[in-house]
Amino acid sequence: MGIDLSQFHETFLEESFEGLDVMETSLLAMDEGDEDAETVNTIFRSAHSIKGGSATFGFENVAGFTHVLETLLDQVRSDEREADQIIINTLLESVDCVREMLTAERDKTDYDEVHVKDVQSRLEKILGNDDSAEQQEAGANNAEEIQTSGWIITFKPHLNMIQTGNDPVRILRELESLGSMQVKSDLRNLPELVEMSAEDCYMSWTITMGGDIDKKQIEEVFDWVMDDCELDISPLSHAEENTTEVSVSGNNQDDPVAEILQKTEIKQEVSASQTKTEVSAERATKPAAKKAAKASTEASSIRVGIDKIDELINMVGELVITQSMLGQLGENFDMSKLDSLRDGLAQLESHTRELQESVMRVRMLPISFAFNRFPRLVHDLSSKLGKKIRLELSGESTELDKTVMEKIGDPLVHLVRNSLDHGIESPEVRRAAGKSEEGVIHLNAYHKGGTIIIEINDDGAGLDKERIRNKAIENGLISEDEQLPDEKIYDLIFQPGFSTAEVVSDVSGRGVGMDVVRRNIRDLGGTVEIMSTPGEGSTITIRLPLTLAIMDGQLVRVGKETYIIPIVSIIESLQAQKENINTIVDQAEVYKLRDEYISIVKLYEIFGLVPDSQNITDGLLVMVEGEGSKMGLYVDELLGQQQVVIKSLETNYRRINGVSGATILGDGTVAMILDVPGLVIMSRARKNREVGKVA
Amino acid sequence: MNAVQQTELQVEYGTGADAENQYLTFILSNEEYGVDILRVQEIRGWESVTSVPNAPDYLKGVLNIRGTIVPIIDLRMRFDMEINEYGPTTVVIVLRVMDEDRERVMGIVVDAVSDTYEVPAENIKPAPDFGDKIDVEFVKGLAHVGESMLILLDIDKLLNSGELNMAV
Repeated sequence: MGIDLSQFHETFLEESFEGLDVMETSLLAMDEGDEDAETVNTIFRSAHSIKGGSATFGFENVAGFTHVLETLLDQVRSDEREADQIIINTLLESVDCVREMLTAERDKTDYDEVHVKDVQSRLEKILGNDDSAEQQEAGANNAEEIQTSGWIITFKPHLNMIQTGNDPVRILRELESLGSMQVKSDLRNLPELVEMSAEDCYMSWTITMGGDIDKKQIEEVFDWVMDDCELDISPLSHAEENTTEVSVSGNNQDDPVAEILQKTEIKQEVSASQTKTEVSAERATKPAAKKAAKASTEASSIRVGIDKIDELINMVGELVITQSMLGQLGENFDMSKLDSLRDGLAQLESHTRELQESVMRVRMLPISFAFNRFPRLVHDLSSKLGKKIRLELSGESTELDKTVMEKIGDPLVHLVRNSLDHGIESPEVRRAAGKSEEGVIHLNAYHKGGTIIIEINDDGAGLDKERIRNKAIENGLISEDEQLPDEKIYDLIFQPGFSTAEVVSDVSGRGVGMDVVRRNIRDLGGTVEIMSTPGEGSTITIRLPLTLAIMDGQLVRVGKETYIIPIVSIIESLQAQKENINTIVDQAEVYKLRDEYISIVKLYEIFGLVPDSQNITDGLLVMVEGEGSKMGLYVDELLGQQQVVIKSLETNYRRINGVSGATILGDGTVAMILDVPGLVIMSRARKNREVGKVA
Repeated sequence: MNAVQQTELQVEYGTGADAENQYLTFILSNEEYGVDILRVQEIRGWESVTSVPNAPDYLKGVLNIRGTIVPIIDLRMRFDMEINEYGPTTVVIVLRVMDEDRERVMGIVVDAVSDTYEVPAENIKPAPDFGDKIDVEFVKGLAHVGESMLILLDIDKLLNSGELNMAV
């Protein structure tokens, strides 16, 4: 076949990974005793598609492995075998193996072959306990060795094989090219003419091939239809057995009926030509897509519900109508039409906004994509750690931007692992503390204002304040006599190199986790906080912006420059009153706002600009909150508020401290978006330097 | 898109020949410098840019070029030359710079664009040491075209050096 299959690899891999996720979820459901036929079928179907796909695309190792996997699943499905703990665990491991192999294929790297072999042999061992499948396979293997003078092929297409674009006649012709053959058609299943459907295949064939032909060659001919038919290839001498076997295994065919050959050929031609066009159309579009994917290695695709797309199309339709209305209006414009122009513009604005919102929705995925990996994680780790842990999920349908989702996955894993390892106590300790032996970890997600909040709650021992304090003193993070409020102490665990785990396990405790977690979350423009009650557990709260692409911004002016402050981080803006400004050590200035003292950060100082006035009462203070503390940004003037599209500076330049990105204003100029948490850190560092200088 | 722009450039400068060895030259302090013409995305007149806080002096700022934010570098300042007022011939040459595995778009401010030349690879001579004004590393070589001498720049090295480097 002249088709370059590699162009479909990306799609195949993506689908396979999805399939693996489905398998994993269903296996875990089975593990919890939720074993119904549908669950097993779901797993089987996923495994089957992966096997079929990988064989087609030449991933022989994956195909071989999934074949064994599939055989086992098939037995479970047909109730020949009870899915016990061992089988489920082995199946879960096999899922990992397949994932590993496919990842290796995708990244063109190597995988751990020994591990795969080990799992495969374990699968085979499970199968070996039973007789039928193994023997059949052994028989087939033996047959491969035997040099025979011919083969008997029983080829029984499934009813729908022709619909998949495969043509039995073509297969027969191809077989003919291999050597002499005799074909016996089986018309027993042929229905009455009136009941016949032109797109179903009712016939089956018994083919006797003569001559010195390799079994491989025959199998190659059937490569494409392997999954759509029952096929048995055996050496001539085995003929008798095989016929019986086929009729036995024919039980899951609905009501197979045979067909007149001529008729078969007609529709086969139809379906064959259909497939051809489809394939060529795909070929035409694919290379372009592939090129785009190559340009940026991170490019990936996204599945979007058809309703969302329809919504977009509607919206664009409205927009076109508005545009043509405005166009007409402009042709003979006079002042009498001013009102309709205004109406038109208002309409244009609302349509644009709606369109923008719908486009954003396309990027939104339910957070269950990120949550889905946790049942498995908790299942594996809790048995490893000898703890009893139940995982509760809620708010899985909360939608989140795809980019945010991808980047929040790893930090979440870290946090959940930590809760598992450090948070939840062992059953004995829990019993002694009068708690139920089973610990509960609760993952929750919900929207609040313009942010999404993810909470990880455990009912474990809570954080040990004393130990954190001691450790921090030991690491020189705080001085011995420093008194800190609880939240500041908890906050210490996010410092680099901080780990209080008494025993460093392979689960957590290397001390690289929490600061990376915070940094990742901060990179997303979010924050992370921890609350804890000794003996009752801790709650980690992550706040993330809903989307990374668009946000509400407050435009401010400093000197000649315009900056944008994200509205979500603004508490209030005010004109400074002289009596509320206090100076500390001649350096730092604080502003008394009601009962709080808030440090004043002069943007012109941080960014090295020339302001209108250095006198704080002349300009305005924008009170912002980030990194758990508040500060007042001194600016010359507040301009307007508007929605801004966030553009990355890193595309062509690099990250700038205190700036999270840039946007393009209405007049086409670029304005920087301030990174409030970053500014807090910058001003802290600055203050430390200054205090150092004074001392 | 890029392909279209490239053809436009070729048409504009009228040399239809093999673009491999063609260089776009520009003037900087009375010297003629050349960059690989295939890296030139466009040439635009000088317009004011948005300054970037805490950036090196020679980074004039960033510019919006059809929705992409592009850093603009003053080449005189980059080479520690005398600073000139921008005049009517001052232009920004927008270049595509390769940085390891990705492509970046950057603009350089130069005194004026000059010409395009075809310089066969064998006519390019290695650059002598210029002292510390211009790092030899940024110079691909020197070439003579008629009477004048061209300094051919290696823009990938130049525009990924120092504080422009992404990794820093």
